[in-house]
Amino acid sequence: MAISAAAALHAAAAPLVDTGRLSAWGEFRRNRLAVAGLAIVALLLIAALGAPWLAPFDPAKQSLIEKRAKPGGKFLLGADEFGRDILSRVIYGSRVALIVSVLSVAVALSLGLTLGCLAGFLGGWTDVLVMRATEVLLAFPYLLLAIAVVSALGPGVFNTTLAVGIWGAPTVIRVVRGAVLVARETEYVSAARALGATALRVLTRHVLRNVLPTVIVYSTLFMANAILVEAALSFLGLGVQPPTPSWGLMVSTGRDLLLVAPHVATIPGLAILVAVLGFNLLGDGLRDALDPRLRGRI
Amino acid sequence: MLTFLVRRLMLAVPVLLGVVFVVMLTVELIPGDAVALMLGEHATPEAVAKLRDYLGLDKPMLVRYVEYVGRVARGDLGRSIQQNRPVLDELADVWPATLELTVAALLIAAVVGVLAGLVSAVWPTSLFDAVARIGSLFGLSMPVFWTGLVLIVVFAFWLSWLPVGGAGTPAHLVLPAVTLALPSVAMVARMTRSSVLDVLREDYVRTARAKGVAERLVVSKHALRNAAIPILTLLGLQAGQLMGGAVLTETVFAWPGLGRLIVKAIFARDYVLVQGAVLVFAVAFVLINLAVDLAYGVLDPRVSRQG
Repeated sequence: MAISAAAALHAAAAPLVDTGRLSAWGEFRRNRLAVAGLAIVALLLIAALGAPWLAPFDPAKQSLIEKRAKPGGKFLLGADEFGRDILSRVIYGSRVALIVSVLSVAVALSLGLTLGCLAGFLGGWTDVLVMRATEVLLAFPYLLLAIAVVSALGPGVFNTTLAVGIWGAPTVIRVVRGAVLVARETEYVSAARALGATALRVLTRHVLRNVLPTVIVYSTLFMANAILVEAALSFLGLGVQPPTPSWGLMVSTGRDLLLVAPHVATIPGLAILVAVLGFNLLGDGLRDALDPRLRGRI
Repeated sequence: MLTFLVRRLMLAVPVLLGVVFVVMLTVELIPGDAVALMLGEHATPEAVAKLRDYLGLDKPMLVRYVEYVGRVARGDLGRSIQQNRPVLDELADVWPATLELTVAALLIAAVVGVLAGLVSAVWPTSLFDAVARIGSLFGLSMPVFWTGLVLIVVFAFWLSWLPVGGAGTPAHLVLPAVTLALPSVAMVARMTRSSVLDVLREDYVRTARAKGVAERLVVSKHALRNAAIPILTLLGLQAGQLMGGAVLTETVFAWPGLGRLIVKAIFARDYVLVQGAVLVFAVAFVLINLAVDLAYGVLDPRVSRQG
């Protein structure tokens, strides 16, 4: 009886969900900036996946007689201090940016979803402990926590990813816990519990499903910040190490040539700007489409 | 109001204790022998033993934490390993420069951001609104260190209007402060626009307009005052962003502040100095947020009544 009642509830709910998805997609498509963001992110993905085929040169190949070559001619975006093709390095740099941001989102989400659900669902001392720990992590100014983690663990792609992920986790914990607390008091969760659903089923099927739009929007906007933080750490020499082509690192090495060859530092910076802009536009568009209350207001 | 003040102060204490714990933990996380790493491979065993003893690394972690909290409470942040000077003296030399930079950037963010957001909200379909919205998206997406370099190329190299880096005169402050402020200007402008738009849709604004109150007064007395809380929260949070951003800006402009000191200390593996500097940043951020919380109580009496 309980199963059939639950099935009926789900059957009734299904068309509503689908209609909601359709209207959200329609709303998203009407937003030109959001579509532009999606196009930039798609381009970034294509560049990262197809780097070996798209890059005109080997990103590590040096040509000292062509060092600091200006944009145009053989090198479309010029060459760096070792005569390496900047365009190829920018294309390969998209891999580092995407790997670090995707994995750090995964770190932030797994920490955030687990701890946020535990805090919101269990309450009591678990909640107090998790939330106080979150407050402590949020007390570190932007970048400082990531710098502290990387300074302790050492530079490199893995540690940078971990540092950026830990930096992003507290906000996810807060968002998820808040959503769990709200969902816990709703009638449909009470109904599911009354129908005999286990805590895990209620959490995954009803609570997390409701948190999903918020988490998707946050993850997209976090990707933008993750790219910025990775680039910042690499710029400081604390993130990705040479000769791996990272945009932040490229800006950092080009800094010494600012007077004679400004393109060496400025072009990789433009790549960061475009990638971050893409994720910001996409995140804004998703938020407007998934949360109609905020549409066109921010 | 007094209860509210005491309550907020009490709430800040566990956060500060936690911050000290995390800062202490950073040295624990160092893979391998932290002391050998700090002193380098040519250090004598006596020097290693002496530093190990000084840092108390042989004691249990909880004991070290309690001792560290005690020392920090007395204002003793340890001695810089590279400079062999008290960390507090090292920090005292550089913090005024960081304060000058962040306050200047915060002022730019507050004035330009609030003004741009306000104009956007009052004329929401104007050309200015469109330009400001697109501009703020770019402002949020630009990496601070890159903006700094572009500004150096344009204003220092091409136009020769401003110095490339360093500190000392107001001209030296312009480029670093503008660079640091740009993302915050964008954030504050977006928040001001949305908050003021919210308030302008409220019934009491319609009533004020119906009564014939001048639009200037509606905006300044009703809209801005009521939109102040979210804007103030954001400015408090931006103070943290600015302190983090200062690490990058100071590196780009060779600004002699705390941020540049942290980066130098990390490369010199002077972890005691890194700990001290990160701690000072975090405590400053907690205190700024506390001040913002207290300001709520003044701006909105409902907040202090709720405690």
